[in-house]
Amino acid sequence: MLIDVHAHFYHERSGRADWREVNARRIAAGERMGVTVHVASVLGTWGFRSPIYFPSPDDVTYGNEQMLRLQNEHPGKVFGYCTVNPNYTDHALREIDTRLTQGMIGIKLAASRRANDILVDPIAARAAEKGVPILHHIWQHRRRDWPGQEASDGVELAQLAERHPNTRFLLAHIGGGGDWAHTLRAVAETTNIWIDLSGSGVDIGMLEATLAAVGARRMVWGADITLCTGWGKLRYLESLGLPKADIERIKSGNARELFPAGVFGK
Amino acid sequence: MTTDVAAYVGAYPYRHLPDVTPGGLLRHMDRLGIDQAWVGHLPSAFSESASGTPDLLRTLKPHSDRLLPVPTVHPGPQFAQDLNEAGAAGAPAVRVYPMQRGLDPAGAEMRVLASGAAAAGLPIVLAVRFEDPRQRQPQDTAPDLPAAAVRALVRADPEVRLLVSHAERSFIEEVHFGSTPGEARRILWDIAWVWGPPEDHLALLVETMGIERFVLGTGMPLRIPDTAFARLDLLDLTPERRRLVLAGNLDRWRVS
Repeated sequence: MLIDVHAHFYHERSGRADWREVNARRIAAGERMGVTVHVASVLGTWGFRSPIYFPSPDDVTYGNEQMLRLQNEHPGKVFGYCTVNPNYTDHALREIDTRLTQGMIGIKLAASRRANDILVDPIAARAAEKGVPILHHIWQHRRRDWPGQEASDGVELAQLAERHPNTRFLLAHIGGGGDWAHTLRAVAETTNIWIDLSGSGVDIGMLEATLAAVGARRMVWGADITLCTGWGKLRYLESLGLPKADIERIKSGNARELFPAGVFGK
Repeated sequence: MTTDVAAYVGAYPYRHLPDVTPGGLLRHMDRLGIDQAWVGHLPSAFSESASGTPDLLRTLKPHSDRLLPVPTVHPGPQFAQDLNEAGAAGAPAVRVYPMQRGLDPAGAEMRVLASGAAAAGLPIVLAVRFEDPRQRQPQDTAPDLPAAAVRALVRADPEVRLLVSHAERSFIEEVHFGSTPGEARRILWDIAWVWGPPEDHLALLVETMGIERFVLGTGMPLRIPDTAFARLDLLDLTPERRRLVLAGNLDRWRVS
């Protein structure tokens, strides 16, 4: 079994005419690679009606509806994260309660607020209460602000995770740009953070360093918007001589433990 | 036959690399079925030390059947001598790093060097970047190679041949469709930085430009070399067309 914990899909309000084709290509390429499950999010309207990383409540709701539609179209193959904007606390909590009841299995926090902002606390607490993980967009060592997002880095996610020891966090895309070595040192001892291996970055040494910092028990495979780099990293990981059980943990075992019991079948 | 045109030995100044030796390259090559690699010398991208090429040649000599040296030539007074030495060493090409040297990438020095390389029958390998701009260390200030420079260089001399490494879709399209057909035929592109599905940039470029323009480049030991093969495996290529990317295009381009 291979679970991609960091996937994205599009819809007709995403501002791109080829959204159907892109979604279909993700499913088709995933099948070729052996992806059994895509756990995905839709970030509002992807910048079309409100900013990608600061989606309006209406766009958050619409994006989550579309994510659920895809989940229902691909039962057992596609699962959704409920995307929220923590600046709208009441809306965010309502979305979480509604979407989890409708079948979503996790929460997606992108970059509307720093991870250590108190606005994120109610969401982290609700995740623990509901027993679902949070996938948090992370910039690997943010040395400055980047346009269009209030990105967090590993230090800030670790602060949030330490305030919420009963919440499980997925640190997004260790290969997604930035200094991954900084991140690994920042979260090594925060045991309720798992490292998502996705992102277009394919540096030699990154996977070895992740293994050394957090071990196979806290690594989860994902691809994000480049399936080819995800597959490249998976193949490389399999060449490192790890015990088979560790590989299986990274491919699916850890994800099965992170998400609600039984959602991925036996 | 499979040839990787984007491999290196030697230390990288901005990040520790686990293994920068020929042995490290050969281990990955054996694992992935790569027969030969064009190997550059990473430290020479960042230094004009005269010892770079001798170091490269000495390091690769025991493995000369599989690791072909691609020496670095810097624009400036020594370039003709450096080109001669590269030719004498049997190099299939030379590497030039104008951005790391702080030079105008299409300025007079580069144009003279490009013509000199063409006269010597040596293609030039240009790297658009070593790292994702988001992850560069603060000391790593060299900007990416601009696409306009590639267009200018290939137009500067009708015999110049360029192999451009680590370029992404928009860069490749700008140069290819912003050049004459004759100019475009003198440029090859490696697939080290071109995205596969679901965006499918590589599939699109193969469709719009033709598969003849693309060759295998891994970027090892900076990059995980398996990724380039994953990209190829995600394309619907016949075995014949796949072989073109793995070596056929390069072989044809070199003798053309």
